[in-house]
Amino acid sequence: MKIAVAIDGSENALRAAKHAITLAQYLPEAHLEVIYVADYDKARDERLLSQSPESLTLKREQKVQPILELAKGVGVKAKVTMLKGNPSQEIIKYVNSEEIDQLVIGSRGLNTLQEMVLGSVSHKVMKHVNCPITIVK
Amino acid sequence: MYTLKQQWFGNVRADILAGIVVGLALIPEALAFAFIVGVDPRVALYASFTIAVITSFVGGRPGLISAATGAMALVLVSLMANHGLQYVLAATILTGIIQLILGGLGVANLMRFIPNSVMLGFVNALGIMIFITQMPYLLGSTSMTYVFAIITLILVYAIPRFFTAIPAPLVAIVVMTSIALISGVKLLTIGDLGTMPNSLPAFFLPDIPLNFETLKIIFPYSVALSIVGLLESLLTSQVLDDMTDTSSNKNKEARGQGIANFVTGFFGGMAGCALIGQSIINIKSGGRGRLSTLTAGVFLLFLIIVLGDIVIKIPMPVLVGVMIMVSITTFNWGSFKFLKQAPKSESLVMLITVAIILYTHNLAIGVVSGVIVSALFFVAKISRVTVTNGLDGYKVEGPLFFASTTKFIQSFDNVTENEVVINFENSQLWDESAVGAIVKVKQKLEQKSVKVQIEGLNSSSEQLYKRLT
Repeated sequence: MKIAVAIDGSENALRAAKHAITLAQYLPEAHLEVIYVADYDKARDERLLSQSPESLTLKREQKVQPILELAKGVGVKAKVTMLKGNPSQEIIKYVNSEEIDQLVIGSRGLNTLQEMVLGSVSHKVMKHVNCPITIVK
Repeated sequence: MYTLKQQWFGNVRADILAGIVVGLALIPEALAFAFIVGVDPRVALYASFTIAVITSFVGGRPGLISAATGAMALVLVSLMANHGLQYVLAATILTGIIQLILGGLGVANLMRFIPNSVMLGFVNALGIMIFITQMPYLLGSTSMTYVFAIITLILVYAIPRFFTAIPAPLVAIVVMTSIALISGVKLLTIGDLGTMPNSLPAFFLPDIPLNFETLKIIFPYSVALSIVGLLESLLTSQVLDDMTDTSSNKNKEARGQGIANFVTGFFGGMAGCALIGQSIINIKSGGRGRLSTLTAGVFLLFLIIVLGDIVIKIPMPVLVGVMIMVSITTFNWGSFKFLKQAPKSESLVMLITVAIILYTHNLAIGVVSGVIVSALFFVAKISRVTVTNGLDGYKVEGPLFFASTTKFIQSFDNVTENEVVINFENSQLWDESAVGAIVKVKQKLEQKSVKVQIEGLNSSSEQLYKRLT
């Protein structure tokens, strides 16, 4: 069974990841896929706010690392997928093509103000993925 | 890196579609940048066409969109005001030559020396300056001007919520121009600034005296344009490298920018460079290859010729609205958080860069000063050397070089032992000054008949020490 969690480094995403790990712990032969999408719309500002292209890579790595450690701590097998593009589109594409059985996602991410204008990633993902989805508050 | 064939034809359908979107997205800003410099709209539109087409062939980063830009426009404002268009064109040609030479010398490798705090200062000052340039058109004008500018601004932010196929600024311009024409409101239009081109750009030599006097006028501008253009182009290349997970040849990009500006000057266009916003639009629309940039340029020329007569009817306040949006997106709003979280020296470098640019109205001077200040901060930071006296002798921590030797020497002022061991395990000797400092300490101590023993030099330090003593 493939359980996926989409994260963006926010508190909310961390709670979603914890929930996904709990699910994976109790389901037989379940493993976890941690999905992180580097948003095209933030590409310029992310580069400007990192010292170098390498430190940008490190920053992204640091967003998934705590979750991998949590999973490892309770013996859940986990794999990381780093994607680039529009977060909701990339998550939907990945989840549908990889035949994920269960997706877990935080109810809102890092940018509340932007989401009020553009609509939230979790909302769009919920409408278009083919598998059951859990939205964690 | 892909083969040239892949760079051109690896993504044909998506490249053409993305190129068309970018072509549309280039118009509003090119018009507005012309308006900032105070030149005929065609100077910026032709520039955008030639620069996009030429860089699609000779640029280093497939998918990068180069055209007339706000940063270059801001550099040209005072040259245009004091000397006129012919000097702007000559400066553009000279910029091309300088960039081509710098690219040949490998200038892109210097990009490493521009810290992100300087780049942040650059984009923030750029955003602020673009905003300021729009104020004269608003302050003290008619209330209708305000209404049109504000509605345009609202539209460019609201449209993408419902509709993303055509760039929002263009939709806003079409809507607002139609409203202005139908309602018959009296507003300043682009036509009041200059004529629109309905012909192809033609080759001509700038009408300037070819003498030392001219060079003296244009050279400082060309140097500034070269620095600003390369900084923005290489920054954009890095952003696209990251977005597409591919690498690109930055020195080739620098040379490509040079060739594009060189040629553009002869076709009556103003200097340009990479556009971060339009390049990101290109990638988001699916553009990846060189064909996308070429399509953008060619489609832009088609639009210029077809739409020439309509473009002159665009009301200025609408362009002001578009430019205010450009200034808001250019400014990096994460900078406030950066100021709070980053090391004090980096925050200071960012603020100094912004302050110098706003004070001198010169982006290049700000960037160069920022790099110098940050280099000094860096030297100060790594020149910390501590010497601790423990049971097994004096331990040196930190690199020993010209900036850190004074402190090292002073640490041995009050030695009371008869025998001293100096341990360099956690240090590194970098230059003559370092070796000289050790020699000096040794001499000083031996005069007081203290025995000195040097220990723990790593192999490169040891070599340097032996070579110089």
